[in-house]
Parts: sequence; C-alpha cells; structure tokens
Amino acid sequence: MDPLALTLIELGAVVFCLGLLARLAGRIGMSPIPLYLVGGLFFGAGGLVKLEGMHEFAHLSAEIGVILLLLMLGLEYTATELVTGLRRSWQAGILDLLLNFLPGAGLAVMLGWGVVGAMVMGGVTYISSSGIAAKVITDLGRIGNRETPVVLSILVFEDLAMAVYLPVLTATLAGVSLLMGLQTVGISLAVVTLVLVVALRHGHHVSKAVHSENSEVFLLNLLGAALLVAGLAAAMQVSAAVGAFMLGIAISGATAHSATRVLEPLRDLFAAIFFVVFGLNTDPRSIPPVLGWALLLAVVTAATKMITGFWAAKRAGIGVPGRYRAGAALIARGEFSIVIAGLAVASGVVPSDLAALATAYVLIMAIVGPLAARFVEPLVRVLRRPVRGPAFRTSGPA
Amino acid sequence: MNVDETDLPGLGRRKDFMTASGRRIGVVEYREGQTELIVSTWDDPDTCQASVPLTADESATLGNLLGGQRLAMKLSEAHREIPGIVTRQFSISAESPFQNQPMGKACIRTRSGVSIVAIMREGEVLPSPGPDVVLHPGDLLVAVGTQEGLDTAAGILRNG
Repeated sequence: MDPLALTLIELGAVVFCLGLLARLAGRIGMSPIPLYLVGGLFFGAGGLVKLEGMHEFAHLSAEIGVILLLLMLGLEYTATELVTGLRRSWQAGILDLLLNFLPGAGLAVMLGWGVVGAMVMGGVTYISSSGIAAKVITDLGRIGNRETPVVLSILVFEDLAMAVYLPVLTATLAGVSLLMGLQTVGISLAVVTLVLVVALRHGHHVSKAVHSENSEVFLLNLLGAALLVAGLAAAMQVSAAVGAFMLGIAISGATAHSATRVLEPLRDLFAAIFFVVFGLNTDPRSIPPVLGWALLLAVVTAATKMITGFWAAKRAGIGVPGRYRAGAALIARGEFSIVIAGLAVASGVVPSDLAALATAYVLIMAIVGPLAARFVEPLVRVLRRPVRGPAFRTSGPA
Repeated sequence: MNVDETDLPGLGRRKDFMTASGRRIGVVEYREGQTELIVSTWDDPDTCQASVPLTADESATLGNLLGGQRLAMKLSEAHREIPGIVTRQFSISAESPFQNQPMGKACIRTRSGVSIVAIMREGEVLPSPGPDVVLHPGDLLVAVGTQEGLDTAAGILRNG
C-alpha cells in the first residue's frame, strides 16, 4: 500500500478510537487519560495491533502535546495568583512535596534504579493532576466549598514546583555532575523569578506581542511562539516543556483566558496522541511484574495526599468533612506524571520497568482519584455518625 | 456586614458571608464573567448545597428583589403613621410598553396619583428618579400611593 495512505488510515483509526474512548470516559464520568494509556498499550509494541506507518508523525505530535500541556499549565494561573499562592500556602506546599516525593523516590531506590530513577519516580508520585482535580471539583459542585481554595493553592504550589523540578530533571537525565546540577537549579530559579517579575510588571507587553482579536492570527502567534520558545529552551539543554511553561506564565490577564480557549482543542488532540504514544512505547507484558509495586505506591501516596489536604484544610480552619474532601481531591495523578515519565523514557537512561511502573501507577491513580473524591463524603458521614450506646437500645420506644 | 472574599486560583473569586441562621451564602465570580449563587448546607458550612449559575440579567433581578424588599419595608415603616398610604413594587417586564422609554411617558403621577420614589437596577438604587429616566426590563420600581392608585399604576405599566 502507498505509505501515505497507510499512515492516514492508521492515524485516522487511532484518533477515531481515541474519540470513542473519550466518549466512554465521559459517559462513566472518569478522566480519559487512563483509557488513552490503555489504548496505547493495545496498539503498541507487544500489543495486539502493530502500527508502523504513523510512527514519525505520532512522535512529533507527542512532543507538541507535551509542549501544549505545559503551556496551558502555565496559562492556568496568573502571575499574581502564583505569588499570593506561594506566600499563603508554602508550608502546605512543602509538606506536600516531602510526603509525596519521598514514597516514589524511595521505591525507585529500593528497586535499584539509582538517583536518576528516584528523581523521576518522586516527580511522578508528587504531582497531582490539576486537570482531573479541577474537573472533579467542578463536576461535584464544590467550587463554592470552603476547602476548595486550599486545594487550588496546593495545586498552584505544585505548578511552581514543576518550574524548578523540570529543569533539574532534564539536567539529571542528561547525566551532568553535581556542580552542573546545582548550576542548573540556580539558573532555573533565576529564570522562574525573572519570568514572574516580568509577568507581574510587564506581562501586558508579552501578552500584547501575541494577542490578536482575530482568532486565527492569535492561534498562529501563540503556537509559533510556544514552539519557538520550546525549541530554543531545548537547544539550551533546558527542557522544551519548561520553555513552553514559562511562556504560559508570562502571558497574563485577558490574553491568557482567550489563549486557553483557543488552544484547548489543539491540546486535547495532541495530548491524547502523547498519552497513546507513551502507551505505545510501553510493553504491556512488562506491566504485570510491577503491578504489585504500583498498587503499594498507590495506597501509600493516596494516604500521603490525604494527609497533605487534611493538614492544609485544618490549618485554614475547615471542619472535619471538608478536610477529608480536600485530601481526596488531591489524590488523582495524571497528565504531568506521564509527562515526567515520558521525559525520562525519551532520555533512555532509565530502565524500561520504570515506564511500566509509571503507566500502571497513573492508570490506578487517575481512576481512583475521582472515585475517592466522590465517595469520601458519604464515607466520612457514615464513620462519623454518633454511635448509639446500649442504653438507647434497651430503653427505646417499644 | 462582613463579606469574605477568597481567591480561587485559575477560576475566579468567591464572595460570601455567614447568615445568622448559620449558613453561608454568596456568589462565585468566574474569570470568564459568569456568576454563581452558592448556598451552604445546614449541617456543614464548608460544603455547598446549591450552586446556581445566573446570567447577568438574572443576578441583577435577584439583587433587585432582595434589595427592593428591604427598601419597601423601610418605606412602609416610614408611612405607617399616614393611613391609606401603601408602598408597592412593580417590575418592568420585557413585554412592558414602557421598556426602554423615559418614565415620564407613562404619566403615572398624573394618571394615578402614585409617586415612584426609587428604581432598583442591577443591585443599585436610583432615588427619586426624574421623568427622563429610561426604564429597562428587569428594573424594580418602588411606588408610594393609595391602594387604588397603585392598582391603576400597575395597569398602566402593564398595558400602557
């Protein structure tokens, strides 16, 4: 068959299947991410159907998917929100970082994956899925709840932590020395600060440079700028994703809102392809051996997120049910855990088991997270119902 | 009244207060401009029993209903000494013949003896409106007059 025809047919079939999966996910009210991953496992190496023709396009699309995911993460919060969020919730943020980074990192060390593996797995277990969390909060009608700002400010902190973590991760994956690593941390901290200051003081200039009333011009400006910045960042050995993320932070105000609207469909498409490609590159046969570890990690890190949310909500003066709700809303891991694992797998310096573990872990957490958020409330209510003493039972109305 | 304002990063702002009955009530203002009315449950003030999305018109009307009630109550109290004087509220519907017309065109005082003492619009009060104030759909007119006069005025506003 003509290679072009083959590519088109494969790509079409994959995207169409993704549409079916997304519809199924919407029908049962779950995040589509785990289904995309399963889809990828199904098509990929060792899977049931082999896809060769679309390899090149899928690979590039996956890269663009990561860039768009990070660009939109940067767009999500304004620079002011990031700064006030940092000021208000840094204690909770640091607790979150310690409690949730260490389990992943610890397991990686135990499995003999070394410092690099620990850096990667720590990141995978640390970062909550802000996408899933926001959707769960909206779907359950909890936007007006008093614990919601607590949850959101922890997500904001994680957002900022990513800006420091990703360059460090890239440096670690590239195998640089400790001194070079420290230098990278220094540079990335300086860049983050600079971008925040620029966004706070001169954000409107950056916004003006890309903004246009015409949505076509606006889309092309945005996408062009994002790919340019990402490419330059990659050329400077900082990860492409970080560049896009910084651009997202620098764009602010009304421009950021309309940018989110314009980019959303593109992000949905390319991010879906990214998840599939990640699944494609993972051999499904490598998952069962690590499933036990993934389950253990899931239980531990669900508990640690719960503690984080509980503690942060308690500090904000929220009642007991609200504290559980805050903890449960943070449990879901998703897109960014896969982004981190994807960067690691692409660098080729981590064992292939890591990809399998990350896939299994995210599969569990992306499904369990929303369920936990939904059912924590009735569960807490049942557990907290006052226990009737025996005196009531004997002297009750006959 | 102590209204709490809280940032919702990435979403907007929440403005609410605690009522004497122990329930939280307020609004969430989204960055994109939508408004949602929120009411907490009776047993847990942290959680929401209802969050009702409101359009700009709907929130203005709700504000008028709540604010107008208070204004009318105050006026009735002021007029209690004078027998035969009643305060009533009229809302301008989208079908009213006087919508988007200056109020003077309705000649309410001449035809019914009723005084329009205030107009509630988008949560704000226009006191002692003149005849050239243009009426909008959703406006709430606070009128003072006799019982019969007010009936007449209601008919004028409805049917012209």
